[in-house]
Amino acid sequence: MNEEKLAALGLDAGSTTCKIVGVNQSGGMIWHLLEPADPRVEDQVAHMLEEAKKRFGSLEGIPLVATGYGRKLVKNATRNLTEITCHARGVYHELQKPGTLVDIGGQDSKVIIIGKEGRVIDFVMNDKCAAGTGRFLENTAGRLRVPLEVLGSTALSVNQEERISSTCTVFAESEIISMLAHGVAVEPILRGLHRSLITRIVAMIRSVGLVPPLMLSGGVARNKAMRKMLEEETGEKVHLPSYPQLMGAYGAALIGLEKK
Amino acid sequence: MSLREKILYQFNVNLIGRAVLSYQRRQNEKKMAHRKWQKDVLAPPFRLSARMKELMSRHYLEGRYANGARKVAWVTSGAPIEILKALGFYILYPENHAALCGARRKTVEIASEAENAGFSRDICSYARTDIGAALSGKTPVGKLPRPDILLACTNICQTVLYWYRVLADYFHVPLILVDTPFVYEKASQNDIAYVKRQLEEMIPVAEKITGKRLLYKKLKEVVHLSKEASYLWLEVLNRGKHVPSPLTAFDGFIHMAPIVDLRGEPVAVAYYRQLLKEIDERIEKGIPAVKNERKRLIWDNLPIWFKLREMAHTFARHGANIVTATYTYAWGELAPMMEEARPLESVARTYLHPILNRGTGHKLKTMRQMVQDFSADGVVLHSDRSCKPYSLGQIDQRDYFVNEYGVPALLLEADHSDPRSYSDEQAENRIAAFMEILEG
Repeated sequence: MNEEKLAALGLDAGSTTCKIVGVNQSGGMIWHLLEPADPRVEDQVAHMLEEAKKRFGSLEGIPLVATGYGRKLVKNATRNLTEITCHARGVYHELQKPGTLVDIGGQDSKVIIIGKEGRVIDFVMNDKCAAGTGRFLENTAGRLRVPLEVLGSTALSVNQEERISSTCTVFAESEIISMLAHGVAVEPILRGLHRSLITRIVAMIRSVGLVPPLMLSGGVARNKAMRKMLEEETGEKVHLPSYPQLMGAYGAALIGLEKK
Repeated sequence: MSLREKILYQFNVNLIGRAVLSYQRRQNEKKMAHRKWQKDVLAPPFRLSARMKELMSRHYLEGRYANGARKVAWVTSGAPIEILKALGFYILYPENHAALCGARRKTVEIASEAENAGFSRDICSYARTDIGAALSGKTPVGKLPRPDILLACTNICQTVLYWYRVLADYFHVPLILVDTPFVYEKASQNDIAYVKRQLEEMIPVAEKITGKRLLYKKLKEVVHLSKEASYLWLEVLNRGKHVPSPLTAFDGFIHMAPIVDLRGEPVAVAYYRQLLKEIDERIEKGIPAVKNERKRLIWDNLPIWFKLREMAHTFARHGANIVTATYTYAWGELAPMMEEARPLESVARTYLHPILNRGTGHKLKTMRQMVQDFSADGVVLHSDRSCKPYSLGQIDQRDYFVNEYGVPALLLEADHSDPRSYSDEQAENRIAAFMEILEG
């Protein structure tokens, strides 16, 4: 079998980033592309499929499963499914175990209980606001002029932690402004900010009930402080797939294989 | 009451109004005869919808010309209205009016009037809509009549206590409060006696306003009609047990208006008799409410009035039918408690037992029974930002379904009438993910 032969594509048109993953017949990830989300979803999808064509030639007969908020705009998808089902399938395939998956995305966060064969047993999502999402960190990181890539390490660089009581993104920002005005350093504020987000996530985990092992996916999984604090707060080791951000698109591609 | 208003009422309501509304109904019926499947997945609306529109328009038309011609009572949705009905009051249900404002997408405009007057957005959107309508006169039904009396019963929530005090203060009219102790299992004799005493105390107050004596014969007749309509309503809802179901919970939400607003009147009895006939006709002809019904669900809590049609379509597109709801059932399940031979006592007992006046454990038991009786595959719990007593306990109830009973359950956050507490995209995403779980 040709390991490099494309068998299915998964496309995750998320709120912050757009991802495409190609898999071979045995479900191995052989190609991926990740870009910041473009407001013109259809154009971006077309461009990503063009890239796939450049890499693999014709996509004729290759199943394409779409997920993410923009999934309905992927007109030539063979199926479209929610990120919940796709993330569960992707992470299960890679880590090979049922358990609890925390997916912290740009626009929403989910806690998913994964059962046999990567099927979703139950899930909970953050309610109608940005609290508990990647946006919460992104927003405030911008305010503190700390690049996203070093957000986690900056937060972990100190032991001191400022308590941020508000989980609302807008209120948290005004709390931070007031701290800065009192001369508080950026690092302890950042650490407190991570804690605030984790507290919110842990409440969601508790509401569905933690079934170990605990797994993490989504863009925020790249943040070291988030992983460390999640372990501290739950007492469980956090398992990470190799490409946490791609798990939605990967799961979508795997589902494409099943349906072939 | 003045002669002029009485003549105007007769002329506008009984002569012109009835004729015009009946003509409109006939026109609507003609149009409905050619109605097609909605979005190709949902059966056409029931023919009787035209009749319901006529009845509800007539009800609000009566209200529009009631002041000066009839005495008017504003009452809570679970209020014991039988005494007022027997005394000939025109009865307005602000909650039903607020639901109508929700369905017609007028809530934000009207509720803002109350919010601008200082009422917090954390208060129930029905209360804000009603207070907003009272303050501004805004309503999609033309005009609401001023109340001569207010009747608030605590069997649905505690908000009504404060809401109706605001109304009493604003309109300077008497407020009758019927306090119903919380019932965990079954109401005690003391509970019944306590509520019955309050009903007895209400009689002279209401009599004084109308200047008429309450005739027990009339009261018994009203109780009889209430019971009969409630029984028929229960029958209508129970037809949802049929697989595939001939109706959806959304049909229930639409066709519940007469059991709420016209309970105790012969017209409600006739209406549900006809509806039952039309539903049976569908069963006979093998017309399901949802094409290719694959999954059956039950709904907990009030509907999302401003998304009624869209929600019905969304579920139907997934091959799912929400076959019944705890909310619509509330107006039918107590029918056996009504006894015309002992009107006051049975009214006291009946109004003590609505689902909202009982423990969260009782609601869980009821839903579990419903899942069984209606052969349901899952439960959708609408966490209603406005209705705290209905939403309380839903997180635990959902957990019981998922973890103890093995029944998938979804908690959907919204509001019964305020679209500002709702997000289309998020709701649709949750529903889609839930359906993916159900489909395996």
